[in-house]
Amino acid sequence: MPDVPQPEAQTIVFDDVGIAFDENVVLDGVSFSLHRGETKILLGVAGSGKSTILKLALGLLKPDRGHIWVLGHDVTAMKEQELFELRRRIGMVFQESALFDSLTVRENVAYRLLEENIPPYEIEQRVREALRFVELEHTVDMFPAELSGGMRRRVAIARAIVSQPEALLYDSPTGGLDPVTSTTIIELVVKQRDVYHTSALMVTHRLQDAFTMATHYFDTKSNQMRPLEGGSNGQRVNLDTTFLILKDGKVIFDGTAPELASSPDEYIREYIS
Amino acid sequence: MELASPLDIVKNGVLSVQEYSQLAGRSVANLFGQPRYLTDTLQQADLIGVGSVPIVVLTGFFTGAVLALQSANSLARFGALSMTGQLVSLSMVRELGPVLTGLMVSGRNASGMASELGSMKVTEQIDAMRALGTDPTKKLVTPRVVATTAMLFFLTIISDLVGLAGGYMVAYFILGLDSYQYWNTAYQSLVYADVFMGLTKPLLFGFIVATVGCYYGLTAKGGTQGVGRATTQAVVASSVMLLVVNFFYTRLLMAVITQH
Repeated sequence: MPDVPQPEAQTIVFDDVGIAFDENVVLDGVSFSLHRGETKILLGVAGSGKSTILKLALGLLKPDRGHIWVLGHDVTAMKEQELFELRRRIGMVFQESALFDSLTVRENVAYRLLEENIPPYEIEQRVREALRFVELEHTVDMFPAELSGGMRRRVAIARAIVSQPEALLYDSPTGGLDPVTSTTIIELVVKQRDVYHTSALMVTHRLQDAFTMATHYFDTKSNQMRPLEGGSNGQRVNLDTTFLILKDGKVIFDGTAPELASSPDEYIREYIS
Repeated sequence: MELASPLDIVKNGVLSVQEYSQLAGRSVANLFGQPRYLTDTLQQADLIGVGSVPIVVLTGFFTGAVLALQSANSLARFGALSMTGQLVSLSMVRELGPVLTGLMVSGRNASGMASELGSMKVTEQIDAMRALGTDPTKKLVTPRVVATTAMLFFLTIISDLVGLAGGYMVAYFILGLDSYQYWNTAYQSLVYADVFMGLTKPLLFGFIVATVGCYYGLTAKGGTQGVGRATTQAVVASSVMLLVVNFFYTRLLMAVITQH
């Protein structure tokens, strides 16, 4: 493994990963790494394998070839039973929220804590804290069916962050939402990035969301997302937010927002225009 | 629509058997490891056991009743009408009690399990559960298997008793048989081997119903249509499997009993 930069030092490392479903090759030799504190945004057309990357990282799918290291563990060599322990250290927000529809918001958010047999008073405290983070504390006794699409997505974020994971995986958190709600969700992702500095992989097909993340920071004083030119460090772009573009199962770009903007590749220029 | 090749059909069949066997094995192996979901098991026992009592009572009662009615017709020809209690008792305890209860629970609960788990599968809730570090076979499958196996045992006892009562109603009110004679022949005809056969079958059937229902649920794909398909397949497969296993198990037990 000479060309992979120390998997132990990275949050997630993909090395020459390939996967096909029947005859359809979805990923073909994908390699990248996500360092600690970095947020990488996965872009690409529908069916380009973005969500597959997240499921591979969690070990929900097994690749046909290559290796994937998550928090220093080679998930491709681990059995399903061994993966459960590792997955508890990672948070995932599913495309359609995937909340347990027979459980209340409280039970959904507390799910992982209940599994760990944490005392009830501590669970309640942490659930309230997570719901406060996504500004949905008042929905604690409601069922997912009673919430709007955007609210469900925010509860899914609360469920993912309640155990303070070391890495977060967002699968199209703004997919199918109106622009205002999308901005609210992105604000939460930026808040998580800037307040807790959690490493994250985020799939999206909304380019504006990706650029919003790269050009904004979360101001804890005003509890709002603000453009970076108004930020304290003077930077216009967050360099810990990077972009990865997939095309035909391969990575065609992996870099920062300024590098993306200056890319000479025709496909990329067309994609970002 | 492209037709599947015979080789693919065979491969898929073998793969399904392998996956089912793995799931069934895992559901048992989970009993020996942590965590154990006792609350989920009790909840399922309530849903499966208590919830199935009305249909089990109704089918058991009328099966016993019709058995008495039909057998009396034949027994009368040989002047052996007094044996009605014995015939109802043996038939209910050895065969009809466990099989009919198994089929009723299969129709009610294998479908319920397949649709519930299937809906969770197609809405990514099963993946979410795995992502949250929970083994779905521990949380969803084992509690259902334990609950169905345990509750089918008790439901079969209820079915046997209610079936005997149904037979008695017919024997007393329609055939004019003496109460003591009916219950005495019904009781005296049963030996330990009959009861053993009748009460070990539901353990086997409960395991089949729950594992097949869960298997079809967890392998459902293709949205709501896929869930519907999984539900139908679960009922058909568990019912057929139950009847096939019943034949072989009965044959095996009869051979063992004869030997001893």
